[in-house]
Amino acid sequence: MRVDAMSGTRLLYNLRFRAILYQVIAVGSIVLLGLYLFSNVSQKLAEQNIATGFGYLSREAGFVISQTLIDYKPTDTYGHAILAGIVNTVWVSAWSVVLATIIGLFVGIARLSRNPLLALLAFLYVEALRNVPLLLYLFLWYALIVTSLPAVREAWEILPHVFLSNSGLTVPSLLWTGAHTIVLLALVLGGALGIFVHRRATALRISTGKTRTTWPWVALALLVPPMLAILIVQPDLTVSLPEKGRFRLTGGAQLRPEFTALLVGLALSASAGIAEIVRSGILSVRKGQWEAARALGLRDGLTMRLVILPQALRVIIPPLTSSYLSLFKNSSLAIAIGYPDLVMVSNTTMNQTGQAIEGIAIFMLVYLGLSIMISLFMNWYNSRVALKER
Amino acid sequence: MTTATDIAEAQLKMPVRREPDIGRRLLHRTLKPLIGTPLNAVITLACLWVLWLGAKGAYGWLVTRAVTEGGAQACKVGNGACWPFYEAKLRFMIFGVYPYDEQWRVLLAMILFLGAMGITMIPRFWSRNLLVLWGVTIVATAILIGGGVFGLSYVPTTQWSGLPLSFLLSAVGLAFGFPLGVVLALARSSTLPAIRVIAIIFIEVIRGVPLISILFMASVMLPLFMPSGVTVDKLLRAQIAIIIFAAAYIAEAVRGGLQAIPRGQHEAASAMGLHYWQAMRLIVLPQALKIAIPPLVNISIGFFQDTTLVTIIGLLDFLSTVRTAMTDPNWVGIAVLEGYVFAAFVFLVFSYGMGAYSRFLERRMRLGHD
Repeated sequence: MRVDAMSGTRLLYNLRFRAILYQVIAVGSIVLLGLYLFSNVSQKLAEQNIATGFGYLSREAGFVISQTLIDYKPTDTYGHAILAGIVNTVWVSAWSVVLATIIGLFVGIARLSRNPLLALLAFLYVEALRNVPLLLYLFLWYALIVTSLPAVREAWEILPHVFLSNSGLTVPSLLWTGAHTIVLLALVLGGALGIFVHRRATALRISTGKTRTTWPWVALALLVPPMLAILIVQPDLTVSLPEKGRFRLTGGAQLRPEFTALLVGLALSASAGIAEIVRSGILSVRKGQWEAARALGLRDGLTMRLVILPQALRVIIPPLTSSYLSLFKNSSLAIAIGYPDLVMVSNTTMNQTGQAIEGIAIFMLVYLGLSIMISLFMNWYNSRVALKER
Repeated sequence: MTTATDIAEAQLKMPVRREPDIGRRLLHRTLKPLIGTPLNAVITLACLWVLWLGAKGAYGWLVTRAVTEGGAQACKVGNGACWPFYEAKLRFMIFGVYPYDEQWRVLLAMILFLGAMGITMIPRFWSRNLLVLWGVTIVATAILIGGGVFGLSYVPTTQWSGLPLSFLLSAVGLAFGFPLGVVLALARSSTLPAIRVIAIIFIEVIRGVPLISILFMASVMLPLFMPSGVTVDKLLRAQIAIIIFAAAYIAEAVRGGLQAIPRGQHEAASAMGLHYWQAMRLIVLPQALKIAIPPLVNISIGFFQDTTLVTIIGLLDFLSTVRTAMTDPNWVGIAVLEGYVFAAFVFLVFSYGMGAYSRFLERRMRLGHD
């Protein structure tokens, strides 16, 4: 009888057996589906004489990319063109993240203001941005820049040497050389050193209980490396100022309409979401915490910085991560207004080579990789601010 | 040295503050947040200035400077809202290239659809009958829009466009994405490793890439994956992409709901002798879905807006028909703001309505739990 229990229909009632059976069925059907699709694809590709593989990446691209951050010429390879697209995507997303965070923080705090007018304005701002599709805003900003701003010849000088026209925003720029990069690195090093010195001072204060004046040391740590770097490499500080000529603006750096519209659209739409996240984060901190901090004699600013924000951050960071991620993914809408981001460059490449599978695979992998990197970084940051439970 | 008694005596000697009358108290309460401190007064003034600018601009554009008669030329001269544009193009913006004489069918379908949606939104009507209602609505709208039976002329999907198309893409996307999403969420929280891994990979890949790339994949790659001779309708391809996208996001919302159900519920179900599917269907999912309703409504709002992306692969959704209306040779460059303002207004009305509904649900749910 015992043997019987393990055979035939009885086997189907064995939980272990069923678990294995389900998994085999799931994996098997996916493998079969994959094989079926693969055979279809290879047949189609053979019929249509489309090459396969990533060999095309080293061929000459031959198309122009209207704005690139890294050097790119039409004679460069497809691989190089795609790299230029990736850099453009990262560039516009990074600036948008910075802008969106700053605006979002202010609007989020303004939503909680005791001044009803300010709270109302912030509310209108958030609702107007959240309830209209981003794509519509992108089209709108782009159309407004191109159609309602004056031509280059009559560009508005909104600040000295800052011109606004239908070909974008023209700002003064620094002629960037290797020496500048070294100074920038020294600045970063100085910042790191400053943080280190500040930490040491705090640790010393906690262990000895004596308060010393520390800011001169921090300032010294901040300033010495960049100063040294400037003295050593002596960077050329020529600023290229845009000037209005008869027909066009000369000099300076130009933020093209596509870039400006995308930057503004992405930053504003994300800022509305971030404002709501900040608001709910601050609201999640109990009122008693404010009262306790006041009872200890802390000023409002200090209360916010030392008591409220550290607790609010725990609530803020996880949704903030997803709004950064969606901003990054939304930058792919660039293709609608013609900013040459990764998607647009890949699209051009696909049209020229006909290799759709490889093209889409590349840009999906890049997005996936960068998304994972952003979320890993934010998770690391989150684990630092998260509640440490003992 | 002040002691407690000193303070008490000092308080006794203080003149008693008269309570101000109600009118003054109200005035005080409204004015204090506005001009209580100098900084507050400055903020108030700045806000008033911004509101004044906005109101003046909107009033001027919509009323005083508006062009109410004449054609495109009149609008070209004026710089206010161009009402003749709306008059000439409103029907096209809403219904797109759907055959002009047959547009009553789409209108009727939209009324049916919005009616069914309105009924669904009222918690009192939440029952199994809703499934029947939706079944009938979907069949009726499909017959009305597509035609080909009951003497209705056949309209190919290439002519489905405008606002009805946006509704269709988001509604069908959600309707099919929902069951798929629930299955994915269950798979992701399954104890069987192979099934869990498959679900995780699917969900994370779809959520990690932009919707555009999935749309591209559907429009460019899907034909390659089909056997020779089989072609899939362009609209259907976009719809499949949207369903897949919806499913991944819905799965995460449902997973949140599943995680909120205490282990005891699973254990109690097992103790009652229910097997996995019974326990899920009767005990766990009803509770989990109830918790997940507010995030699901939020996903739906985002979704309605995200369907505008099908513009990029060349489908004529609402945003796309509005843009097409604006590029009509007679109106090109004249009614830029008009078109976008109209589209934004329509999206604002529907999204804000859904958002308000989501907040109502959240309040209701909270009451239900206490």
